[in-house]
Amino acid sequence: MYTQAMDIPQAKGDEPAAAPATNADYQTEFDAKLDRGEFVEAKDWMPEAYRKTLVRQISQHAHSEIVGMLPEGNWITRAPTLERKAILLAKVQDEGGHGLYLYAAAETLGVSRDDLIEALHSGKAKYSSIFNYPTLTWADIGVIGWLVDGAAIMNQIPLCRCSYGPYARAMIRICKEESFHQRQGYDLLLAMMRGTQAQKDMVQDAVNRWWWPALMMFGPHDRDSQHSGQSMHWGIKRISNDDLRQKFVDATVPQAKVLGVTLPDPELRWNEARGHHDFGAIDWTEFWNVVNGHGPCNRERLATRVKAWEEGAWVREAALAHARKREARHAA
Amino acid sequence: MSTQEWPLWEVFVRSRNGLDHKHCGSVHAPDPKLALQMARDVYTRRQEGVSLWVVRSDHIVASDPDAKPELFDPAADKIYRHPTFYRLPDEVDHM
Repeated sequence: MYTQAMDIPQAKGDEPAAAPATNADYQTEFDAKLDRGEFVEAKDWMPEAYRKTLVRQISQHAHSEIVGMLPEGNWITRAPTLERKAILLAKVQDEGGHGLYLYAAAETLGVSRDDLIEALHSGKAKYSSIFNYPTLTWADIGVIGWLVDGAAIMNQIPLCRCSYGPYARAMIRICKEESFHQRQGYDLLLAMMRGTQAQKDMVQDAVNRWWWPALMMFGPHDRDSQHSGQSMHWGIKRISNDDLRQKFVDATVPQAKVLGVTLPDPELRWNEARGHHDFGAIDWTEFWNVVNGHGPCNRERLATRVKAWEEGAWVREAALAHARKREARHAA
Repeated sequence: MSTQEWPLWEVFVRSRNGLDHKHCGSVHAPDPKLALQMARDVYTRRQEGVSLWVVRSDHIVASDPDAKPELFDPAADKIYRHPTFYRLPDEVDHM
């Protein structure tokens, strides 16, 4: 569901070094392949920095899917109807599935699942900043579907053409499933907007809280995005952060009008000359605070993940013990 | 002289980079190296592929055809997993 984190630097020492190619011929062939718009597959030669960038981006993406289950999972037991509960369960289950597709794509690059998860739990690996905000009311579930999944779709559609085959194929699967996520959110909000004034206020309040964090999902401005240029060159990234953000704003404004809510930005207006909406400045201090662990829910999210992992340890061990026992019995 | 039959290998071909390997058939071969060689000769004589996988057939775990109802039918009544389940106003229906 959610990317963004792709441009976020991780702990020091994990930066993809601009290492000279060990084999100039391979490098030339690799560059030519990208120039022709062809895909790179797992067993193909690739520069170490390309591999590292992909591991960082795909694993951050996978972590985002898994952590993204938490804010919505918070509302499963309190969904207002059985139908909404079934829908929310299906959506959260999808997010888990998306995480698995992506971990599997990262593993084709020669990293282990346990190492990736350890990097998440130790705080070394990042995940999308958006999940460090709380889900205070049922309207938040609708707004997450509409705005957060909507932003994620904008981010993810170009990734279906990313130069690394296993990542691109995972993204095609994910994008096919995302449309349901956004539509169920918008549908939920439409239902609330047909309700009482209190319900309408709840929707507006949720929009007010999620709008700016949703815009931050596209990452820093192009001029401040340290990995963007190289990722564009490698065909990992196809459209810049600012272009995607603009696309999202332009698509969302008419949707807000149909829904009957306002977007919390006094500077938001159509610019005839540009053919796009102008919008106000993003609070990057808040963004970096959240990315660096100081958002409203960072500690809670990580603690929940670590707890789930630790409390599940005996299940993983028991399953392995059972498999070994069966194998021994079979061999005997 | 041994009469033991060579084991069976399933063959998967990637027709070009960017696409999945797709199952295309099987070959008999005594070892992995020859299995690849034979798969190449049998299935890619006309440039059908750029990459091959061979997997010992007896290493494939397949679902039981009789278990089809309990495995797959439960998805049938979860129509809310499909985007078309949600009817939105025309102006925003392309979402």
